[in-house]
Parts: sequence; structure tokens; C-alpha cells
Amino acid sequence: MSSATSAHSVVEPSATTKRIAGIIVVLYAVITMVPLAWIFMTSFKSPPDSISYPPKVVFTPTLEGYCNLFTTRTRQTPEYIQSLGPPQSICDEITRSRNMVIAGPSNYWPRFTNSMVIAFGSTFLAVFLGTLAAYGFSRFRVPLADDLMFFILSTRMMPPIAVAIPIYLMYRELGLSDTALGMILLYTAVNVSLAVWLLKGFIDEIPREYEEAAMIDGYTRLQAFRKVVLPQATTGIAATAIFCLIFAWNEYAFAVLLTSGSAQTSPPFIPTIIGEGGMDWPAVAAGTTIFLVPILVFTILLRKQLLRGITFGAVRK
Amino acid sequence: MAEVTLAGISKTFGQTGAVDNVSLTIRDGEFVVLLGPTGAGKTTTLRLIAGLEAPDAGRITIAGRDVAGAAPATRDVAFVFQQYSLYPHLTVYENLAFPLRSPARRLHDAEIDARVREVAKMVRIDHKLQNRSTRLSGGEMQRVAIGRALVRKPAIYLMDEPLSSLDAKLRAELRLELKRIQNELGATLLYVTHDQVEAMTMADRIGILAEGKLVQIGSPREIYSNPANLHVAARLGQPHINLLPQGLLPGCNAPAGTKTIGARTEHLEISASTPGNAEIDWIEHLGDQNHLHIKVGEHKLVTLADPYLAIQRGDRIDLKLRNPLYFDAGGQRLT
Ligand SMILES: Nc1ncnc2c1ncn2[C@@H]1O[C@H](COP(=O)(O)OP(=O)(O)OP(=O)(O)O)[C@@H](O)[C@H]1O
Ligand SMILES: [Mg+2]
Repeated sequence: MSSATSAHSVVEPSATTKRIAGIIVVLYAVITMVPLAWIFMTSFKSPPDSISYPPKVVFTPTLEGYCNLFTTRTRQTPEYIQSLGPPQSICDEITRSRNMVIAGPSNYWPRFTNSMVIAFGSTFLAVFLGTLAAYGFSRFRVPLADDLMFFILSTRMMPPIAVAIPIYLMYRELGLSDTALGMILLYTAVNVSLAVWLLKGFIDEIPREYEEAAMIDGYTRLQAFRKVVLPQATTGIAATAIFCLIFAWNEYAFAVLLTSGSAQTSPPFIPTIIGEGGMDWPAVAAGTTIFLVPILVFTILLRKQLLRGITFGAVRK
Repeated sequence: MAEVTLAGISKTFGQTGAVDNVSLTIRDGEFVVLLGPTGAGKTTTLRLIAGLEAPDAGRITIAGRDVAGAAPATRDVAFVFQQYSLYPHLTVYENLAFPLRSPARRLHDAEIDARVREVAKMVRIDHKLQNRSTRLSGGEMQRVAIGRALVRKPAIYLMDEPLSSLDAKLRAELRLELKRIQNELGATLLYVTHDQVEAMTMADRIGILAEGKLVQIGSPREIYSNPANLHVAARLGQPHINLLPQGLLPGCNAPAGTKTIGARTEHLEISASTPGNAEIDWIEHLGDQNHLHIKVGEHKLVTLADPYLAIQRGDRIDLKLRNPLYFDAGGQRLT
């Protein structure tokens, strides 16, 4: 075309370029979506359908997976089941058709609740502490600031599981094993370094003249922070919160090691569903599907901030 | 409004000295302009008064009170920053109301509203009160920034090159407005700029800052016609003052020790004459006037001439001095 279309041109990309880019994006989306779609579909299959070969794309959907996920069941003789009254719910009906009766609720919701409490709790703490620390590093002359920042980052340089044994022993001594508080503290400790680094970048970009103006206008530093810095840092805070939440929500290694009962989170719990009565893939898939929902909702709610956040403040306003 | 004094204020940042032993009194109701090139310590001086920096030495009093160690919020000053003036997350209205909503003031909403509208009218932004502050032109933003200082009645207004980011026409307009507003309010104002026209037109007194030192302070007229040294002389006057070696041109009676002669337009007399002692090298036509570039031997001078002066490039002229400024070898003025 013309000479204006150089490497640095800000000219709109041509229609062909756009179309090719579009195709690549769609392809990539399909590739990443297939496993998710697979899980979602499996959660509505019957156990035989879920393991049939070749895999079934068209099948009769059933809620069996979800029923099995939420309940524990016991096997009974057909005569006993006949003798019962009419089924109380869809799940009752499905369960009876398999010659079983519902014995009680499963542990799925308690484990899910643990995950919610631990993931959101630690995310809140990590972002809260991270914001304050990042503000401090950004605005004050902290002695050895660079070394401290490096030290904070260095906690992320090895895989968390490398410290699993010491932490396991420590937690056993302190009575923090298998407690929600213990898991919140642990995930906060892991996430706070990420939070400090991400947020420092964002806060560095907010000119300090804004706070100074507020302080001259009669606000204390803390009030200026709340009224002037926080509103402008929301993008960064939202992006940081999502990163922290995704880590805490999906974390598996520590959860397996440190939780087994009352504080167990979903990731170590979901695989155990398989054991309860054979290869119950639909129940596992159902558990995974529901497990994905909070992150999905949170991400969709904050997607604008997240998109901007990923560019690390490069495109502000 | 109140009197503000600086006594022997110094501030260094690591190795760089930013402000060096500056003493200055800004009288109640006075408009003082600090004029200096970039890096002269203008911003630092304002930040010291506002309490955003602590001086290494010296005393600052505002309305008679020594403010050493006092937090910015308690000093009763208003500040217009060189840049980043408006809160991007607030509307124009909220930006103007922000200082009034501070916990230190606690005004009623009705009172705030009245004050915001009054000031908005004063800085002519009342038609855009509900706009996001990021959706304004540069000139409008600067009006709001000035307005945000004006909503308060502080002891002193500190303004850091508030007009420097604007185009020439707007600058001229706002210059007048600002002076008018300051007159109306009887405000005490310390204004910082590197633009000599702003200094000359607005100031009651001009202070010349160079490398952190206050070199001279006086009325615009004094500073212009009685500069203390070469540096001050070079800061004022358009075109720049011509610096010539003593003895180059006739017509002066230089005191002993004169090394350099400073000649502005009003110090030069031109008459057409052949052979003459100088030649017209170039003429710049500015419309209302001309810049004459004149060659005297090796030396070049620039001076103003009215456009009707019948003179052309290459003409020979006679150039004489009339009461120029004399400077010694160290650049100090001699009289
Ligand atoms: N926070 C700081 N840290 C280190 N040096 C600084 C700091 N603030 C100012 N300085 C230095 O102090 C000197 C004076 O700076 P100042 O900002 O007061 O200049 P200025 O006259 O306002 O210049 P300009 O016209 O460019 O705004 C400069 O050399 C500058 O580099
Ligand atoms: Mg400055």
C-alpha cells in the first residue's frame, strides 16, 4: 500500500488482517473451551454414556451426575424400594431406578463453602495488605526498599510445594492443620507477594500530586489515600484480586496436605467422589462444573478491569 | 489573606541543591512572581511553603505563625500544581467541591454548592460543571484547577506555572483573568513561572531565582530597568538583551571596571549613514514590528524597529548607545 503503512503505523489494520486475526482468536478460544465444554456435557450424561467409546456427542441428558454429587446413597433390594412411597424428588426417582436410596447429603456443599471462605478470605487479606504495603513502598522512603521488594518476590521463586513439609510440621505444632484460618493465612502469605508487586506498579502510576493536593486541601494522608488513591487504583486492585482468587481457588497441593476433614476445600474433595461407587465421572464433572462458577462470575463482573490490568497500566484512562 | 515570610530557607536533595538560603516576604494582598529557568528551585520553594517538603534550614511563617513541622492541611494554603491538577475520577463540580468537603472544614452542602457555583462562574467553567474532568480541553482543566484553589480563602495561594501547558492565546486570556480575580479577592499570591511576560504583566513584585538563589526582587519596572546582574538582565526583555564588549560602540560613558555592556532596543540609536559602523544583516517581519539583525564587525545584535523604518538588508547604518547597562567582569551591574 502507501508508504504510511510502516511498522509503527497507527493505520487501521486491513480487512484481511482483521479476518485472519479473528480466525486465530476463534480457533484458540475453541481449543481452550473444548475441555470445559466436555466437562459440562459429561456432567449431564449417564455413567454408561460418560465412558462409552466412541464418545457420545448426542445423548439424553440426565441429572444423575448432580444427584450423585449432592447425595450419599445405599443399595437396597428392589422389594424394599417397591415398598417405599412415591419418590420425593427427581433425584429420589433417579436413585431408585438404580436400585438405591438416598442416605443423606454429601460433603460437596460443606467443602464448597470451605473453598469460598478460604479463597475469598485470603484474597481479601492479600489485596488489603498488598495495597497498603504497595502504597508504602511507592510513596515513602523505605530503608532497603529494593532489597525488601526483591525479598518479597523471592518467596515466589520456588514452587510452594517445596516448603510443604516444614509448613506441615509447623501447622501441626500450632494447631492450624485442617483449619480454615490456617489455609487463609497460608494462601494470603503466598498471594501477598504477587499483590504487592502488581499493586506497586499500579500505584506508582498514580501521580502523587493528587494526594498532595488533597493533603493541602485539608485531608490527612489516610483520608487522601481513601478518597483519591483508592478510586484510581480500582483497576489494579480488581486485576490483582482476580489473580489472587484464581490461585487460592484452584490450589491443590497444600490443600491435599493440610486439609482432610472440616477445612477441606473442593479441589482435594472432588477427586474423592470417584471412589464412592465406581467410576462416577458424571458426578465428578458436575462437581467441577459448579466449582468453576464462582471464578466465572467474578471474572465476568471484573472483566473490564482485568483486561486493563493485564496490560499492567499501559493503557490507562 | 495573610503575610508569608521565608527566612534563610535551604533545601537539598542528595547532592543537588534545590533552594539556597532564600529570604522573601510576601505581603498581605500582594502578587509575587518567582521567575527562573527550569531547575531553578521554583517548585521546591512552593512545596516548602505548602509543607510538602521540609526545609533543611530556615524558617517559614504564615500569618505570623511559624509553620515548621505543621502538616500541609493545617497551613491554610492553596496550591495549583504544574500538572496533574484534576482528580480524574471526579466531575468538575466534585473537583471544585473537594477542598470544601474536607473533614477539616465541614461546610453545609448548601454553602458548598453556593461557593462552587460562584467560583465556577469566576473562572468561566459553570457550563461544564457535570463533565468528567478528563473530558475537558487543556484550558478548561486549568481553569478548574485554578478554581479549586479559589474556592478556599487561604492565607496564600501558591501557583506553580498554572498556564505553562496552554497555547499563547489562552495564556494571555487567563493571565488577565487571574490578575482580575486576584484584584477582586485582594488575594495574597505567590506565582511561579519561567515566562517573563507573565511575570511582567501580573506581578506586583518579581523575584528572580537562579540555581536556588533569590538573585533580585523588586517591581517589574525595577527588575527590568535596574537589573542587579547579567543573569537578571538576560531574563527580561524581548528580544534578548545584547551583550557587547566595552568599547565596541560609541556613545557610552562607562564607569571604571566595565567589561560588558548590555544594550536593549531602547539603548540603541540607529541612523542611516554611509559608511557607518554597522550593517543590517537580516530583517524579520513580525507584522506589527520588525526584528533587525545587525552586524558590528564580528558581533551580532538584535533590536526592534517599527515597520515604517525605511531600511533594507545590506544597508549601512550608524549605531550609537544611549544609557546602556554596564557590567563588570563578574557580571555584576555597575552604575
Ligand atoms: N524530589 C526530588 N528529588 C531529587 N531532586 C529534586 C527533587 N525535587 C527537585 N529536585 C531537584 O531540585 C532542583 C530544583 O527543582 P524544582 O522542581 O524546584 O525546579 P523548577 O524551578 O520548578 O523547575 P521547572 O521549571 O522545570 O519546573 C532540580 O535540580 C531538581 O532536579
Ligand atoms: Mg517546577
